[in-house]
Amino acid sequence: MDQLLGFVKKEFTHIFRDSRTMVILFGIPIIQLMLFGYVITTEIKDARIAILDHSNDNVTREIKNKILSSGYFRLEANLIQDNEIDPIFRKGDVKEVIVFEKGFAENLEREGKANIQVIADASDPNTAQMLFNYTNGIVQDYTKKKFAGFTIPLQIKSEVRMLYNENMVGAFMYVPGTMALILMLISAMMTSITIAREKEMGTMEILLVSPLKASHIILGKVAPYLLLSLIDAFVVVFLGNVVFGVPIRGSLFVLAFLVILYITMALSLGILISTVANSQQVALFISGFALMLPTILLSGFIFPIENMPVPLQILSNFMPPRWFIDALKQVMLKGNGFAYIWPNVLILCAMTLFFLGLSVKKFRLRLE
Amino acid sequence: MDVITSDNKPIIQVKELVKKFGSFTAVDHISFEVNKGEIFGFLGANGAGKTTAIRMLCGLLEPTSGALKVAGFDGYHQREAIKRNIGYMSQKFSLYEDLTVYENFRLYAGIYGIPRKERIKKTDELLKKLNLEESRNKLVAGLPLGWKQKLAFSLALFHQPAVVFLDEPSGGVDPLTRRTFWDLIYEVAHQGITIFVTTHYMDEAEYCNRVAIMSEGKIVALDTPLALKEQYHADSMDGVFLKIARNKE
Repeated sequence: MDQLLGFVKKEFTHIFRDSRTMVILFGIPIIQLMLFGYVITTEIKDARIAILDHSNDNVTREIKNKILSSGYFRLEANLIQDNEIDPIFRKGDVKEVIVFEKGFAENLEREGKANIQVIADASDPNTAQMLFNYTNGIVQDYTKKKFAGFTIPLQIKSEVRMLYNENMVGAFMYVPGTMALILMLISAMMTSITIAREKEMGTMEILLVSPLKASHIILGKVAPYLLLSLIDAFVVVFLGNVVFGVPIRGSLFVLAFLVILYITMALSLGILISTVANSQQVALFISGFALMLPTILLSGFIFPIENMPVPLQILSNFMPPRWFIDALKQVMLKGNGFAYIWPNVLILCAMTLFFLGLSVKKFRLRLE
Repeated sequence: MDVITSDNKPIIQVKELVKKFGSFTAVDHISFEVNKGEIFGFLGANGAGKTTAIRMLCGLLEPTSGALKVAGFDGYHQREAIKRNIGYMSQKFSLYEDLTVYENFRLYAGIYGIPRKERIKKTDELLKKLNLEESRNKLVAGLPLGWKQKLAFSLALFHQPAVVFLDEPSGGVDPLTRRTFWDLIYEVAHQGITIFVTTHYMDEAEYCNRVAIMSEGKIVALDTPLALKEQYHADSMDGVFLKIARNKE
């Protein structure tokens, strides 16, 4: 036991003495969380638009006011002619142009029908779709209130309520995803690199020849990263809660259990990588390429799994972060407990055992 | 150079030792004994089976067949005991470069379960002997190569092993430093610690009490450097090595 403690102590010294490691451990998680939280936001705020009002009557003015005071849009230009629309899109100044037809109020009164044309810059399709939805929503709302007395025959109305994230805050999605990414980065990448470093420096030989058991060597290498990952997980949850208002509706115990399970999985993956990689560079390459990309792309972190082609959907089942992110969202946003997340827990457990088993086998093979 | 045989008790006993990897025989029925306090050189080209043999002697690999005893412990069932009673120094010197000299001592002492009090006393003694007192709290990374070599050697001896294995201990070190390093080796051997050394440098082979030369998994020559030179009519170990290689063809 004393042997192990000395070894763990040495591992901490390595970490605290290397400024690069410290940056990766404590700088990157915070930067990443801020980046994902603020920059890659899916919410619409102050989107620049232009308006071309051919009618300019009291109704169009009311609608315009309503749109511009919503907080979602900012008026960049008032256009006068149709041929101004194309250049303004090309210049990239605006994302959307709203066109009111001639005699808007008149048409509305006489025929009970008036047209608004919404033109959006679909070079970014998601944003375009969202801008349209927001605009449409505002116009619908206006008509509903303005003509509250009128009954339109056979109308189906849908009331929409966004459960668990009423305001559609993007951070609710990004905080669990960032957590999965950061923990993977620190646990799997850092352990595989630090073990590869011992091999590169030749110190691994010394350790193997010493009376230290192989399991102690691995444990000693891994334990510091388990602790540091836990600290990082705490930081992410804390910042997510305080800065972005991501709730923690489930029990902290379940949350902690889930995080520890995921870290253990990532650590065993790191050990597995280190049995294959003999240099830090190879370890970095494998963990960077083989772990980071799938974690970002195939886990449902950014892109919804349901929208993927079937082969990728099947592939995503083998991505541990997928199950972690899903369970994490359930616990944090829905307040679910083990009764709901047990399949995820079971899958993560199985994956951990698989990686550990494979590492032990590889390790033995290498020694032979 | 005369053979130091202060005590003729063999500390390493190898008899008909074999290691097979699948159908490939890496070590093919080798037999030899190394006495207490002897400096035993182990030579051979890359792929001759040297590394595999050493790994068995260090308790890292289980032999396929044959008898193996190191420091009185069996190479099959007492590999953990062997590990506790040997020291090992690799060609990379294998120090933790981002730890200080003192911290390296502390770590090794910890791994071998040496009590704190003894550790502190011995560390002080050794640092004094190696003239490294001033570098005590310096990072190993900043030390000259020759110092690292001495330091690595001292670390391998810290737990007072019966045998110390030196795997190409002079890689990249200039001849003068190599010479002073060998003075250190002689000193240790005189204290009764057995030295088992592999090397590429033939001048180092001359310093050994006895030399075994491996080729294709077998020991093809084993004697004192003097006797080997006579037997092969060569005036240096270099010549011996060349003639053996030629005979093989």
